[in-house]
Amino acid sequence: MRIPYRPLALALLTLSFAAIVLDRAQAGDSHFFAPVTDPVVKEECGSCHLAFAPSMLPASSWQRMMGELDNHFGDNASVDAATAEKITRYLVANAGDAGGKRYSSKLLKGVAVGSAPQRITELPRWVREHRKVPDWEWRHKDVRTKANCAACHTDAEQGYYDE
Amino acid sequence: MKNRFAVTLGIAAMAVSTAILAGPREDLLAQYATTAKSAGFSAARGETLHTQNFSGGKPDTPSCTSCHGKDARSAGKTLTGKVIKPLAVSMTPTRYTDPAKVEKWFKRNCTEVLGRECTPQEKGDWLTFALGQ
Ligand code: HEC
Ligand code: HEC
Ligand code: HEC
Repeated sequence: MRIPYRPLALALLTLSFAAIVLDRAQAGDSHFFAPVTDPVVKEECGSCHLAFAPSMLPASSWQRMMGELDNHFGDNASVDAATAEKITRYLVANAGDAGGKRYSSKLLKGVAVGSAPQRITELPRWVREHRKVPDWEWRHKDVRTKANCAACHTDAEQGYYDE
Repeated sequence: MKNRFAVTLGIAAMAVSTAILAGPREDLLAQYATTAKSAGFSAARGETLHTQNFSGGKPDTPSCTSCHGKDARSAGKTLTGKVIKPLAVSMTPTRYTDPAKVEKWFKRNCTEVLGRECTPQEKGDWLTFALGQ
């Protein structure tokens, strides 16, 4: 019997490469932000836009946002009190300066402690990462708004923000 | 034996279909009818509500179709790029089975489009339209 060494070696190589990439991503490289897994948060915060990863903002941001849902960037996103409490608990526990710290060390750089930024798209680091994106691209009909992450980052729902 | 099985199956199927007939959607319609003191709902009026352009709400979303698209059997998209499953029950069977969800979105979306909440009559008309899609 001939053992197909070459394909085997290739497969092994691919596997170990995938492992390295995955490992890097999970270890807090700026490409990966653990996506929302809680079904209630996914439903309530993921129907108008992508359910933004809780690690992309500090806990103080989520607390403030959850207190002002009736005027959420001009929309009424309010939910009943019990649901709001549940969502807040999840977002705060996984926030970028709490449980989600290892994903956000870079993204939250330069954000003053205690400030509660409401937009990911206004974080200094986010602005810097996107400074090369040309104006027409933001205005493209399939993008329309900076908050439409998935238009450019096709795996944003899975938490990946490679190009 | 085989016959008896068929009969049982038939009864089970009937039980299921009555359960659907008296399901949450019908409860919702009945509730709208009572509050509206309505003489009945019209899918045609519902369709007009769905496709009409209003000026009282947000300029970006003059119509229900701004997000839900022109065809209730096709997917829609919010302005922030999130895909919305088709409104038609024939395409998305779970639609309108959670009254709290229906009410929540009527409130949000009517305010967004009309600049006010929809009346029970309007909701009943619209739901009748959507259920027929
Ligand atoms: C009714 C629709 C709606 C719901 C529901 C909703 N949002 Fe939003 N959200 C918006 C809109 C509209 C914007 C502004 C988008 C833009 O700038 O284009 C926004 C923006 C945001 C932003 C800022 C994005 C940026 O620019 O960085 C965050 C963060 C956010 N929402 C979180 C949430 C959370 C958390 C929830 C759940 C509690 C939620 N949203 C539910 C409509 C909604
Ligand atoms: C118009 C397209 C576009 C939109 C919309 C967009 N991005 Fe980006 N993003 C880019 C480009 C281009 C880069 C740069 C990639 C590079 O230089 O490697 C980038 C880089 C990033 C990076 C850094 C990744 C790295 O390579 O280090 C993160 C994180 C990121 N984006 C998050 C987001 C988030 C979150 C949103 C939505 C709130 C968003 N982006 C919306 C185009 C976009
Ligand atoms: C700004 C975008 C937007 C507009 C405009 C809009 N909708 Fe919606 N609608 C949504 C989103 C997002 C959902 C929730 C996602 C889903 O159910 O798939 C939704 C859900 C609904 C639901 C709940 C469906 C269910 O399964 O229970 C109803 C009812 C509804 N919309 C009615 C309307 C009516 C009536 C109008 C016009 C007066 C309208 N919508 C306009 C975005 C919109």
